[in-house]
Amino acid sequence: MFAEQLKKRDVYAGILMTLIGAAISLNTYTNYRLGTLTQMGPGMFPLMLGVAMTFVGMLILGNAIVAARDPDETILPAQREWRGWACILAGPIAFIVLGEYFGLAAATFGCVFVSALGERSSSVKEAAILATVITVVGCLLFSLVLKISFPIVRWG
Amino acid sequence: MIQSAFSDLWYGFSIALEPHNIMWCFIGVLIGNMVGVLPGMGPLATISILLPLTFGIKPVGAILMLAGIFYGAQYGGAICSILLNLPCHPPHAVTCLDGFPLTKQGRGGAALGVTVIASFVGASWGITEMIFLSPVLVKVALEFGPSEICALMFLGLLAGSTLARGSPLKGVAMTLLGLMLGIVGSDIDTGLPRFTFGLPNLLDGIEIVGLALGLFGIAEFMKSVNQITAVNTSYTKVGLRDLKPTREELRRSWPAMFRGTLVGSLCALIPGTGPTIASFIAYATEKKISKTPEKFGTGMIEGVASPEASTHSSVQGDFIPTMSLGIPGDAVMALILGALMIQGIAPGPQLIRTHPDIFWGLIASFWIGNIMLVLLNVPMIGIWVKLLAIPYKYLYPSAMFFLCIGVYSTNNDMFQVGETVVIGLAGYILLLLDFHPAPILLGFVLGPRFEENFRRAMLIERGDLTVFLRHPISLVFVSLAVILVATQIYLRLRKPKVVAAEQALNARIDAVAPAEP
Repeated sequence: MFAEQLKKRDVYAGILMTLIGAAISLNTYTNYRLGTLTQMGPGMFPLMLGVAMTFVGMLILGNAIVAARDPDETILPAQREWRGWACILAGPIAFIVLGEYFGLAAATFGCVFVSALGERSSSVKEAAILATVITVVGCLLFSLVLKISFPIVRWG
Repeated sequence: MIQSAFSDLWYGFSIALEPHNIMWCFIGVLIGNMVGVLPGMGPLATISILLPLTFGIKPVGAILMLAGIFYGAQYGGAICSILLNLPCHPPHAVTCLDGFPLTKQGRGGAALGVTVIASFVGASWGITEMIFLSPVLVKVALEFGPSEICALMFLGLLAGSTLARGSPLKGVAMTLLGLMLGIVGSDIDTGLPRFTFGLPNLLDGIEIVGLALGLFGIAEFMKSVNQITAVNTSYTKVGLRDLKPTREELRRSWPAMFRGTLVGSLCALIPGTGPTIASFIAYATEKKISKTPEKFGTGMIEGVASPEASTHSSVQGDFIPTMSLGIPGDAVMALILGALMIQGIAPGPQLIRTHPDIFWGLIASFWIGNIMLVLLNVPMIGIWVKLLAIPYKYLYPSAMFFLCIGVYSTNNDMFQVGETVVIGLAGYILLLLDFHPAPILLGFVLGPRFEENFRRAMLIERGDLTVFLRHPISLVFVSLAVILVATQIYLRLRKPKVVAAEQALNARIDAVAPAEP
């Protein structure tokens, strides 16, 4: 029975919202001055939102527990694209790290290269070519045409 | 009234026809048309990516361009649906049903031709509606005090979260989350930092560009990676001459276009029901009143004309509450409002008076933009069709770069790129749990103004919450909100059939792309 409940997406959705709501309410209640309705302090509005969210979260959870489970329902999508997900998240991180230390060109190359590897059908060579093209276009466009303050190359 | 509308519109054209404004409008519709055609890219992601690039240009040009992307994408999306049977753009998903069979019969060109006409008819009606309705709305809304504004926002947020696609309860949860994200930063009254987790970078609040790109960029790419297969382009040889519909096809399309336009303009006025819902309702209506409903799905031209007209009239009509009341109906409109605010322009009923150039210039540019789109789509159809062949594996890594540099350039701050990654991951988890991220943006944009007006109303009324029931106008809004919630509960308890039909419709749209309105 309990194990059955844990296979429903909405159970997790409800728990997540309830927890976020409760955390917000608790955090607001302990850290911010509430004030009165006439003279609202910084905590009043967030507390209202937090309580409302806890309530909505519990409604979602309640609905999910009552509802019958769709036998095809899975929590993660049918095809788990761990490589794709990791690469897409790693792309911008590569952009941050390479951008901080080596400048726009390296950041662009790293970001596009890493993101492109997320697609199963693309090879390292293909990703490198795409990254090179975008680096050239990107540096020309952003550094020379739009003149954003981000040096193309820097060291350390 | 009609006379003043014409003189205002004339003024609008004088703004929109300034060379640089024409240029921005053209760039907007061109990019919009392009991303509309590209499978896997939508106007929401594109507008968020280009938003930072508009900081440097004047407000009028920026808004014309961003709006152009939105309605331009609707023209492109139809090409994708009709020629490829690929509902890459939710408002046009329903067009596939009859558009693709027409393509297989060799009438795909004619379907596209009818689409262009229907789009223009629908859009023109939406624009006309905006010209006459907005000043009336503004006149009423200028009388509003804080309690009325508050009640109106409450109604708008509630409608935006419950009437939009997906489960109403989850929509409300997402709106609340959005309101909460809008609070992050310094408190307006006391300057006290709230929910910044001790990070000085969050003192100014979460950046709307970062939020939108996390939710509609990164999360969306994570969902689509390896899911979009190479498209079958065997039917895409369409030339200029093929676009001409036969006399018979046109005769059948005209009434369908007008019915679709009507449905679209009604949907536009209800917050939360954007173009996607409008096009699905238009198709269902068309099927219901047809003498041969069984033929739908085998290439009925009415099934193309009506949803396309409704999409466009709804897209243009969406701008009415956004520009005249400052209440966005969906995520795209929330972004456009965000763009206005970044430019230092306060949205709301006073906008039409304080910035008539933006308001009337935008309306005039809609017409100019739509004419440009007809011109772009008719002779250049071959080029757009070629774009369909760009594989997703080249598209999304390039978009990732534009996303990173866009977020970075808002404040020249790497912290925000990191913030976007975190929001993207959170957004993907929410997508996995069947939450729709669009209401987050609505809540986020309205949040600070909602809190401010709520506080002010309470201060004036000495903390008396009954003020919302005592003022007649806010009473109307609150009653509408109660009716809205009561109807939803009633339907769920008593009419499971209606709810099941709604859920089936949602599931069909969700299978296409969840985030776009």
